[in-house]
Amino acid sequence: MTGLKLIWIVPILPLLGAITNGLIGKLLSKRAVTFVALGSTGFSALFALFAFIELLSLDPSSRISESILFTWIESDKFIAEAGIQIDPLSGVFMLIVTGVGFLIHIYSVGYMGHEDGYSRYFAYLNLFMFSMLLLVLGNNFLIMFIGWEGVGLCSYLLIGYYYDKNSAVDAGKKAFVVNRIGDFGFILAIMWIFWTFGSIDYTSVFPVAHEVLPIGGFTVTGITLLLFIGATGKSAQIPLYTWLPDAMEGPTPVSALIHAATMVTAGVYMVARCNALFNIAPTSMIVVASIGAITALFAATMGLYQYDIKRVLAYSTVSQLGYMFLACGLGAYVAAVFHVITHAFFKACLFLGSGSVIHGLSGEQDMRQMGGLKKLMPLTHITFLISTLAIAGIPVFAGFFSKDEILLSAFFGETQGHLIYWALATTAAAVTSFYMFRLYYLTFSGVLRSTDQHVRDHVHESPPVMTAPLAILAGLAILGGLLGLPIIKDAHILKSFLAPVFSTRGAIEQPHPPMQIEFLLMAVSVGVAVIGIMVARYFYYTNPESAKKLAKKEGWIKIVYRTIQNKYYVDEIYDAIFVKPIFLASRDLLWRIFDMKVIDGLVNGIANFFYKLSQTIRKTQTGFVRNYAMIMVLGVVAVISVWFIVLGD
Amino acid sequence: MESIPLLSILIFTPVIGMLSLIFVDNKNKNLIRSLAFGISAINFLVSLLLLTNFKTTHEMQFVEKHLWIKDFGVYYSLGVDGISLFLVLLTTLTAAICFASTWKAITKHVKEFMISMLMLEAGMIGTFCALDFFLFYIFWEVMLIPMYFIIGIWGGQRRIYAAVKFFLYTMIGSVLMLVAIIWMYFHYNELTGEYSLDILSYHGLPIDPAIQIWLFLAFFLAFAIKVPMFPFHTWLPDAHVEAPTAGSVILAGILLKMGTYGFLRFSLPIFPEATIASINWISVLAIIGIVYGALVAMVQSDIKKLVAYSSVSHLGFVVLGIFALNTQAIEGGLLQMINHGLSTGALFLIVGVLYERRHTRLISEYGGIAAKMPIFAVIFMVVTLSSIGLPGLNGFVGEFLILLGVWESNKLFAILASTGVVWAAIYMLWMYQRVMFGKVTNPKNMDLQDLNLREISYFAPLLILIFVLGIFPTPVIKMMEPSVVHLIDQVGIENRKPLVTVIKEPDKKSNSNYKKLISANNKNIITSRSEKLTKVLNHVYSNSNRKKNSPQ
Repeated sequence: MTGLKLIWIVPILPLLGAITNGLIGKLLSKRAVTFVALGSTGFSALFALFAFIELLSLDPSSRISESILFTWIESDKFIAEAGIQIDPLSGVFMLIVTGVGFLIHIYSVGYMGHEDGYSRYFAYLNLFMFSMLLLVLGNNFLIMFIGWEGVGLCSYLLIGYYYDKNSAVDAGKKAFVVNRIGDFGFILAIMWIFWTFGSIDYTSVFPVAHEVLPIGGFTVTGITLLLFIGATGKSAQIPLYTWLPDAMEGPTPVSALIHAATMVTAGVYMVARCNALFNIAPTSMIVVASIGAITALFAATMGLYQYDIKRVLAYSTVSQLGYMFLACGLGAYVAAVFHVITHAFFKACLFLGSGSVIHGLSGEQDMRQMGGLKKLMPLTHITFLISTLAIAGIPVFAGFFSKDEILLSAFFGETQGHLIYWALATTAAAVTSFYMFRLYYLTFSGVLRSTDQHVRDHVHESPPVMTAPLAILAGLAILGGLLGLPIIKDAHILKSFLAPVFSTRGAIEQPHPPMQIEFLLMAVSVGVAVIGIMVARYFYYTNPESAKKLAKKEGWIKIVYRTIQNKYYVDEIYDAIFVKPIFLASRDLLWRIFDMKVIDGLVNGIANFFYKLSQTIRKTQTGFVRNYAMIMVLGVVAVISVWFIVLGD
Repeated sequence: MESIPLLSILIFTPVIGMLSLIFVDNKNKNLIRSLAFGISAINFLVSLLLLTNFKTTHEMQFVEKHLWIKDFGVYYSLGVDGISLFLVLLTTLTAAICFASTWKAITKHVKEFMISMLMLEAGMIGTFCALDFFLFYIFWEVMLIPMYFIIGIWGGQRRIYAAVKFFLYTMIGSVLMLVAIIWMYFHYNELTGEYSLDILSYHGLPIDPAIQIWLFLAFFLAFAIKVPMFPFHTWLPDAHVEAPTAGSVILAGILLKMGTYGFLRFSLPIFPEATIASINWISVLAIIGIVYGALVAMVQSDIKKLVAYSSVSHLGFVVLGIFALNTQAIEGGLLQMINHGLSTGALFLIVGVLYERRHTRLISEYGGIAAKMPIFAVIFMVVTLSSIGLPGLNGFVGEFLILLGVWESNKLFAILASTGVVWAAIYMLWMYQRVMFGKVTNPKNMDLQDLNLREISYFAPLLILIFVLGIFPTPVIKMMEPSVVHLIDQVGIENRKPLVTVIKEPDKKSNSNYKKLISANNKNIITSRSEKLTKVLNHVYSNSNRKKNSPQ
């Protein structure tokens, strides 16, 4: 038990690393900075692994351990403790965060080696690890919220890491503000939860949720929808996804860690964590599933014609997160978490691979300038290919199993319109395999198209410190599927492991279809993936000219092409209906007219009135004795007249 | 400790400082500066004794009471409770920091400036400690004069306009308050046959609700102008923009809290019926202030104006919390008063640092400063994050408790007010970005010096408190709690009884018990308003009977 009680060490170590590098990093040598950053996360990962093994050794029903450090906020009956808890769900996320996080730390040593502000980078990255661990390990909603905002902050700082670059800083601010809109929903949900349950601890909310709240009631629907607003912000779902593609301004390892493997899955974690609430709010479940399914397809199409290698991956992340929410909305939480795991592996690998490519091409991110890297960067190539196959959903690779489980849940779901979800998700799968292989062929096949001599001369495979993490992640992208083998009875390790976390009350029954139909569905999903690959192969490998010809065609194809390339003009629309009107109204209407003209006009007007009045009255003070004497006489006459008129009778 | 008149010492140390400064040679500026700073630093250290000797009850502590003017029943009476304690500490700390920050900023009439600041300090501490209306009013007005001079003499271009505006705005409010005090003074005499100006004995004084509302409005105007609440806020941007850095810090850090403190010490406990009747419209004004202040802050091109408008927004939260009338919201409000003092005080110091180097407050004049002033960039970032309420820093705790409490009393208000956290992120981060990030485009910013040791050391205590109050706010809340609970009792809206038993022992097996507890708790709202009113009216009735029956 001791190990689980000391679970605090897991988040605290990266925090200490962040403090050390943040305060005195500039005075330390590069080697020392590296040692602090990697040491703290490495030991944290090691400790997390031990704790996880200890958790496994416990009886499934007692796999939960809380430890409380101190009372953070206590006001009357409101208590928020600085407490953390480990159970199967947080355990899984803890392993992903520390494991993938540690690999990306290692990779960063190579990738960021030549950058200024090396210690600043690692201080932020360690702080991110701390926040993310707090998010998944917290034992109450408010601790989750610290982590939630903390990862948002680190994301802001790391996107704007190159702070003299305006586009990077803009992207960072956009990320923070859009996330804040989501957090607005989250914080309201926390308040509502407190006043409904009298507590914000998971252990006093979830077990009683179905007793306190009626199924489908206003309160539980409201709470879950507000929570989901938070999730759409952090996990980049419609309508708050627009920050994620811009977030690619940050260094690539950051994109891999924060904007692919961990932070963006926080929303999925939150929904899965609150399954006891979502289960009894059918309306919210439909909202979650619909948003997820629509985002999955919508974002996938936006990835179709991007030329920035990282942006393609960013849209694919949004799309894959859509799958996870679809699974949550269908009540298939295990499938959602399964996809979080496999996605963490293959997407981190893809991002790091793209980073390796960018590194090898002296910072080039435009795929039109790439090509032919298969021979020049063999290790990067092979790991990238594995991960691409995984995300495309080709059997044996991890992504196939998790994505297929989601498609299966959609096909056999009990939710109304589940077949539409299935159709959307399957179409998205086809689109995904197309644009991922488009990316693959543009980058690795053919010949290097870059015209920049410097780039051509300096193409090189990345150093082992970068390729080793790639190899490990690629390995995991193959083996990850073992966690949840389909069809064979009891082979789904993850399902039985996570079972204690997922409430059965009001839960949607997961399907157990006949084996033949399951195979049939798998065949369909593999089929569409292969079609996607073949199409990509035709346009970008066998017949590269045809793609260019198609792009030049006039008519509706061009309109579609333009619309998609401009991301459906969503940013422009938001700008036109929210950003600009609010700014102009605030400046011209509120400030310049209301504040300066109306209120101050009134205030100054009163002052001016008295000023003018006294100016007028002042004129009676002529300084001539005769004038005063006359006024006195007039006054006396007036008084006497009044006297007589009043007392006349 | 009982025998030492600690509060008098705190009030009169600055006065002694003022008097001794008179005898220092005008030209010896550094001696004047050191002396003034020394005095305020000592005062801060002495004020820490309040913290260590404070007992967690709602009773007034460190009480001093001496008869002053017998015929009018005026006492020199001082005391602090959980509501005023931290405001006194904030005052002594802010004052000391201000003296440290003016070393280079004030070069003209140094002696007069220091004397004004010391007088201001005495007035502010006195206002928070006074327990007698007469004494309170004196201190209240005493603060006005030095502030008027600080803006009018050491201010910027339009300093006279700003100073007069500040003075008149505040004066109008205070005069009406004075009228209300005088009315109550005679009313008190009518009820009890005695003359007294003891503030505490006015708490719960029966006043006919029809008249109460007018008295309440008179006090409200005085305090609302101070806070300042929308739409009485337009003096603030002008005053801040024109005031020298130290003046702005005191103004934002302390003077604005006089208004919110006034609500807690006077409006709520003396006029409970009027308070309850006014909750809705005051909350609406507060929410307008939150959103309006934020939106207008967003479009400012002058950093100081931006921070000034952000104060309107932040103080809107405080007022909203106070008038939610439950423990969390009022405690959150109190915390937020401290937090705002720390973070906005720090923001004005930050503007001061920039201003001293570049003599401009226009955002467009800056850009890329982070590269030139890395230490400054970190401090500025932490303060910015504190101001936008990042969890883990102080601002979050206050804001969250306020919203939590408001949610209980009115969900719609809580939802509308919560949008403030989004706006705050927008205007603060955008400002930070335009000042600190990007490339240095203005050649004048090429060789800016980073903070020196003196500057770092006056930011240090603020930064430490920003973290400490963000991570360990509970001891502070606990010290406030008895006073806050007592205050709510006085207003009469009894809150639900604590759920502590349920929270502490989440017994997963006895879920049904839990449910019962919740529903029982819902029924637990005691003391209806009418019950209290009957009690009050009976009291009035018996009092007037007693007077009639007593032999003349």
